[in-house]
Formats: sequence, C-alpha cells, structure tokens
Amino acid sequence: MTAMATAGDVGRASGRRERVAARLQQGGALVVVVVVTLVASLLFGGRFASVDNLLGILEASSFLGIVAVGMTFVIIGGGIDLSVGSLLALSAVLAAFGSQFGSVVAVALPLGVCGLIGLVNGLLIARARLAPFIVTLATLLFARGLAFAVSDEGNTIFRIDPDQAVIALGQGSIAGIRIPILLAGLAFVAGWVVLNRARYGTAVAAIGGNEEAARLMGLPIARVKAAMYVTSGLLAGLAGLLVAARSSSGQSTIGVGLELQAIAAVVIGGTLLTGGFGSIAGTLAGVLLLNVINNVINQVGTLSSYFQQVVSGVFLIVVVLVQRYLTREQRL
Amino acid sequence: MTTAAPAAVVLDVREVSKHFAGVLALDRVSMELRPGEVHALVGENGAGKSTLIKVLTGVHQPDEGEVRYGGEPVSFARPLDAQAAGIATIYQEVNLVPLLSVARNLLLGREPTNALGLIDQRRMNRIARETLAPYGIDVDVRRPLRQLGLGIQQMVAIARAIAADHRVVIMDEPTSSLEPREVERLMQVVDRLRRDGVAVVYVSHRLDEVFRLCDRVTVLRDGRRVHSGPVAEITRLELVSKMLGRDLADVARARTRFNEHSTDRAAEPVLRASDLTRRHVLDHVSVEIRAGEVIGLAGLLGSGRTETVKAIYGVLPLDSGAVEVGGGRVRAGSPRSAIAAGVALIPEDRKAEGIIPTLSVRDNIVLAALPRLSQAGFTSDRRQDAVVERLMSRLRIKASSPDQRVGELSGGNQQKVLLARMLCLDPRVLLLDDPTRGIDVGAKAEIQALISELADQGMGVLLISSELEEVVEGSDRVVVLRDGAVVGELRGDEATEDGVMALIAAAARETGQTELIDETAASPDGPDDGD
Repeated sequence: MTAMATAGDVGRASGRRERVAARLQQGGALVVVVVVTLVASLLFGGRFASVDNLLGILEASSFLGIVAVGMTFVIIGGGIDLSVGSLLALSAVLAAFGSQFGSVVAVALPLGVCGLIGLVNGLLIARARLAPFIVTLATLLFARGLAFAVSDEGNTIFRIDPDQAVIALGQGSIAGIRIPILLAGLAFVAGWVVLNRARYGTAVAAIGGNEEAARLMGLPIARVKAAMYVTSGLLAGLAGLLVAARSSSGQSTIGVGLELQAIAAVVIGGTLLTGGFGSIAGTLAGVLLLNVINNVINQVGTLSSYFQQVVSGVFLIVVVLVQRYLTREQRL
Repeated sequence: MTTAAPAAVVLDVREVSKHFAGVLALDRVSMELRPGEVHALVGENGAGKSTLIKVLTGVHQPDEGEVRYGGEPVSFARPLDAQAAGIATIYQEVNLVPLLSVARNLLLGREPTNALGLIDQRRMNRIARETLAPYGIDVDVRRPLRQLGLGIQQMVAIARAIAADHRVVIMDEPTSSLEPREVERLMQVVDRLRRDGVAVVYVSHRLDEVFRLCDRVTVLRDGRRVHSGPVAEITRLELVSKMLGRDLADVARARTRFNEHSTDRAAEPVLRASDLTRRHVLDHVSVEIRAGEVIGLAGLLGSGRTETVKAIYGVLPLDSGAVEVGGGRVRAGSPRSAIAAGVALIPEDRKAEGIIPTLSVRDNIVLAALPRLSQAGFTSDRRQDAVVERLMSRLRIKASSPDQRVGELSGGNQQKVLLARMLCLDPRVLLLDDPTRGIDVGAKAEIQALISELADQGMGVLLISSELEEVVEGSDRVVVLRDGAVVGELRGDEATEDGVMALIAAAARETGQTELIDETAASPDGPDDGD
C-alpha cells in the first residue's frame, strides 16, 4: 500500500514536465499565431492590423477551417481523407447548378451528394476494410471528375442568381461578421464539445489510439469510423456551398490541394498524424497560421504568392519536429 | 451470485472442436468451471489455450460441441456479447488505449453523462478513482495511461474488466509483464474474486502461480484435454510431463541418440555468452558453445529460450551481459556485429522474420551474403549461381529451379533455404530456434541430420525445439532454463527427457522462494518508472 502511494507521488512530480509539454503541444500553434500576428502588426501597422484585414483573414480561414474540423476527427481516428478538396469543388458546382431550382435544392443537393460520398468512403474503409488513403484517393478522382462532368469539363460556370436566398450564406452577415466566419466558429465549437465531452469523441480517439483494444472494449468501430467520413464529407460539402454562395458561382477547378492544406493545418495544430490524440483548438490555430502567413506575404507584395507555400512548408516541418520532441517528453 | 449453489457449474464447455483451414485446433475439449474457483489452464505453444479462450469469449465459434453458461447453451457472436453476459477477459497484452486518460480507459463506452448527453468529467474521474481504490492504486486518473507503469496499466485493465458484475473472469497470462510486488497484488485480487464467488480461468506458464493460486487445473496438448483435476492431487513433475506429453512410465523406451560429436572439452569455446540479463526476461544466463558441439536449450514456453538466442544475436536489448565469439567481444545490441563475428540465426517464425516468399530461391539464399558476393556494389551472377548451386545440392533443397519462388516450396524446403542463406556467410556459430516446427516428419529427420553434419564440420550449434525429444536427442549438452534463468545443465547420458523435466519441476520449487527475496531487495524503484 505504502509502496503504491509513493509510486503515485513520483508519478505526479514527473508529470508536471509532461503536462507542460502537453500544453505546449496543444497550444504551441496558438502561441506561434499570436507571435506572427504581433510581429506582422508591428511591421505593417494598420495595413495588417486593421479590423477589415483581420476579418478578411478570418473569412479566408473559414472555408479551410470547416474542412479541417472534419479532417481533425478523421486523423485522430487513425484515418485520412484526401477527397475533401474535390468534394468542395463538386459541392460548389452542384450548389450553383441546383440554385436554378431554388435555394432549397442549392443547399440540399451538394450536402446530400457530399454526405453520400462520405458514406461510401466510410463504408469502404470501415466495412470492407480498405486503406483510407486508397479509398479517399479514389473518391478524390471521382468527385473531381463528377464536378468536371456536371460543368461540361469546366466550360460551363454556373451562376447563382443574386436574388436567391442561398447567396446570403456566403455574403450575408450578422452583427457585421460574415456568415461563413460564424458557421466556421460554430463548427469549431461543436467539434471541440464532441471531441472532448461526447462519448463519440472518446471513441474516435480510442479507435485511432488502439483499434484492437477499442474492439475488445466493445466500441462500435465500424459505425464510428463511417460517421467520421460522413461528417468530413458533409463539412467539405458545406464549405463548397459557402464558397459558391460567396462567389455567386460554382467552379470545378477550385479546392485543388485543399486536402493537403487541411492535413497541414491539423498536424500543425498538434494532432498526431498516426491518430489517437489531437486537438480542435490546435487545428483552429493551424488554419489561422496558414492564412496569416498568406496574408503577410501578400502585404510584403514583392514576394510571389508561391512563396507562401514555401513558408508554410517550412512551418510544417518545424512544428512536426517540435511535436516529435514533445511527444518524447510526454512519453506518448 | 448467492442464488447459485456453490457446486453448480457456471461455464460448461462440452466436447468443443474447432478447425482452422483443415487443422484441428481443438479436439473435443471439455472443461467445467465452478463459481468461486480459480481454474488453471496450461499447455505449451499451440496446445489450444488461446483458441479455447477465444471460443469462450465469442471471438471464435465452435465447429462442434457446445458451451453452456449458467445452465443454458450459449453462442456468443462477438466479444461484446460474452462481455454483456458476464464473462470478462483480461488479455496478455494490455489492451487499452495508451493516449487516453486513465479515467477514460476505465469507463470507455460507458462514460457517465449529464442532461445534455455530454460526458460528466468530474463524475467520470470520481468513479474512476473509486474503481481503482480497492486495487491500491492512487494515481491522477486524468493522466494519459501511457505515462504509467505496465503494472498499473494491467491493474487498470483488470479493474475495467471486472468493474461490471461478472461471473466469469478469464486472465490470459496476467503476470507476464508484472513486477513481483504487482504479482502479489494481482494474487490478492484473484483471491477476492474467488471469495466473491466469481469463477476465474487463469492461464499461466508459471507453475509457481498455478500451484499457489489455483484450485483446479486443465492441461491441453495438441488441441486435446489431457488432464483436468484438483491442483492438490497432482505433482509438479506430473504436470510438466502432461504438458510436454511425455509419460513418466515411458522412460525405458529405446532411443537412438546421435553420436556425441568429437569435441575437445578443454578447447576454448567458440561462443561464450555470459550473464545475459534483461529485467523480467533473462536472469544471468550464461552459455558456452565449442566448435563442433550441439547445445540444446530446453525449458517450457516463456522460460527464455528464444530470448537467449535473440540476446546472443543482438536483437534483444540487454541490461547487462556480454557475448564473445572466438575470444573477441561482440558489440552489444548489434546483429551486424554478431553476423560479422560469425554468428547466424534462424528465427523461430520463419514466415515473419526469415524468408521473403515472393523472391526466388536464389535471391533468398544470397540475400544476406550480397555484400560478400559483390564488387563495388555490383553482383556477379556467375558467383551467385555457383554458391546457390553448391548449397542447394548440399542441403538437398527440392525446388524446380533456383528461380522458383520460395513461397511455393514446402515448409521443410523453406527452412533449408533459410539454412542455406546462413551458410552463405560461413558462420562459426549457428543459432537455430525451433528449426523443425511445422515441418513434416521426413523433412524433419533430414534437417536434424543436417544439423548433426554441420556440427561435425566444426560449427557450433545452439538448438531450440518445441519438442523436448528433439533437443535431448540432437544435443551433446542440454542447458535447462526456467523463468529466464539457467537451472541446470545435462550432458551425455544425463540428458534425458525425464532429466530435463525433473530439472524444470524441481527448479519451480526452489526459485519460487529465492526469487521473492531477490526481487524485493533489488528493485527499489516504483512501478511508475517502468522504463
């Protein structure tokens, strides 16, 4: 008895450093965002640190952010979803195409199709036990192809009539804040609650952490996994719908490589790419960081926009290196 | 639980059979489990213990026979069904989610929720603390499980499994990764379960535990039940002989022994492994092999046979100990250095660790020798072919051509290909871990003859076999292991199956006590510092 008590005390003492490491891993990206924002404010003053510019960053972040929330769950659950970029484009095309039949169709059609493709992803991965990488790579091609087919190989760009109610989703605002920003915020809050406070969230982390153990504990593996991909598909669909509403049109060429940006944001946010552990707040920080970098490079003006990708790539490596160090510190 | 009469059978396995791809894993096995008893299930590798457990827990369904639970015939389709019916299983490997907190692991899938359907964390943590308290575990339940020692992880697994109202608890080698002090605690837990009227199935290779803890014992061998009865009515020696399938009365059987290889007793050993030690695994194991000598390593499963061989080869990290080959010290933990010194290993699991089935016989043979056969990174086909041809005829490998894929060969020929690969390297010492497992009788005899031949040519051989007979008959000396320590060495006429079994059984009694004294003195660090 006494021996055990000592063991517990020892654990608590050495746990402090581990907890600091855990905090850093979860909040590290946030710290970097704040630092980069402050430095940029000092360097560029009002050009960067204006309400308009900051809201612009938030709006630009909202589409990637919505997609990244779904991606966070998929990655924590031990999977990957490469189809989200294509789904976003398909959704935008379908939303614009559907708008000629009214706003209800413009919303229901893209969400329905994207949810369905997500379900197919989920069933193939959870039931047929195919590799997530392969399955979602296939739906990446499939959805992009479908988007091109619907839009006549991209030659037809469907316009959304400005009178349509669905336009408000992209261009309307409440209390001066654009609806996409609000919806993204909602997605992050809901994602945080589900991940940290709902049984489903724990189940996702358990499956990503040790699927065999989760199975033996009697968790409904297939259902949870399928739900992950359906959610990811739906969120990508929602993001596409918002993009279409924002630009009043549906283009089949948007969102190429978005899945990789989403993965980058998730990983920068401290989620383990191997699954089992992750943070929604971290993903938010990751998304913001990518967009702040983008914005700063635009402010500099003299740099080509491709330089943004160079910087993002460097950040990604640095963050993953730091993560590796921190996970070792935590004995994860 | 109080309603059931103490003698009533809670779990009744009746003549259960199970086939896997034509192989009979369980052959009409029966077992009765009564409330309040601890029932040991023992047997060597492949005896069918795991299959039986998996049938009981709904992972497998029996082909024939039936399982009756609480008097009713049952058929569990999934582990979850067995769990719901009140059969808890604690697996050998800790089956929890290391990245999640202790509390979440304990309550995964049944977390307390509030009015909104969200997890009530404060309540969850409290329940977790209360669940762990009887086990004497006082840790911050919010910490990730991974940060705790293996012993505590195991206790969490047990606490999780037994938290619900269970009537049967199956423990599959629960002590294999525990410190002695933690074993003590586990024993107390099992005792408490017994008092509460729970039936416990206790799978273990440690005879000490079986005799100390269990009321009855069932022995499986080759998928059949060979014994079932009270522990008090069987001796250690009888139990060991039943596990290994060697009848005590059957001693006087005529045997054909290999001629003792001509070894110079006084000669310096070609390989000397001294004091190989790794916590929980090996305890000061020393082995010497002379040129031209076949040394057998005997012991029950889990006694450290395979681990010794792996330690010599440098793939099992050691806490201390040294390996010398030809007088020169081999760098610890480096298979490359072992190979360079002339040590070759044929691993236990040739599918997972040895052959590459999609490559040809030729490629498989020259794989390890490529650096020697090549110049400036290019390999000479002619030299390769010469080597491959020589070895194929020497080992009598039956393949349509050197280009046939190894995956298409029989088990015996695959093993010979592995042997050929090692011989390419001109080793001085050959480590063979169960080289005849899963090979038909004819090929077996051939491989045994080859081993003898190689020793005659001056190679030192260390041989492990799951068949005691093979070790005893094929070796010049037999080193007997138990619980990771050498408990004796038999040479010449002493090296009989009975001699080995007597050593294993006798050792069980002696070390049972010394172990406790040693360990309590030697490990002052808490289980928390498991690494």
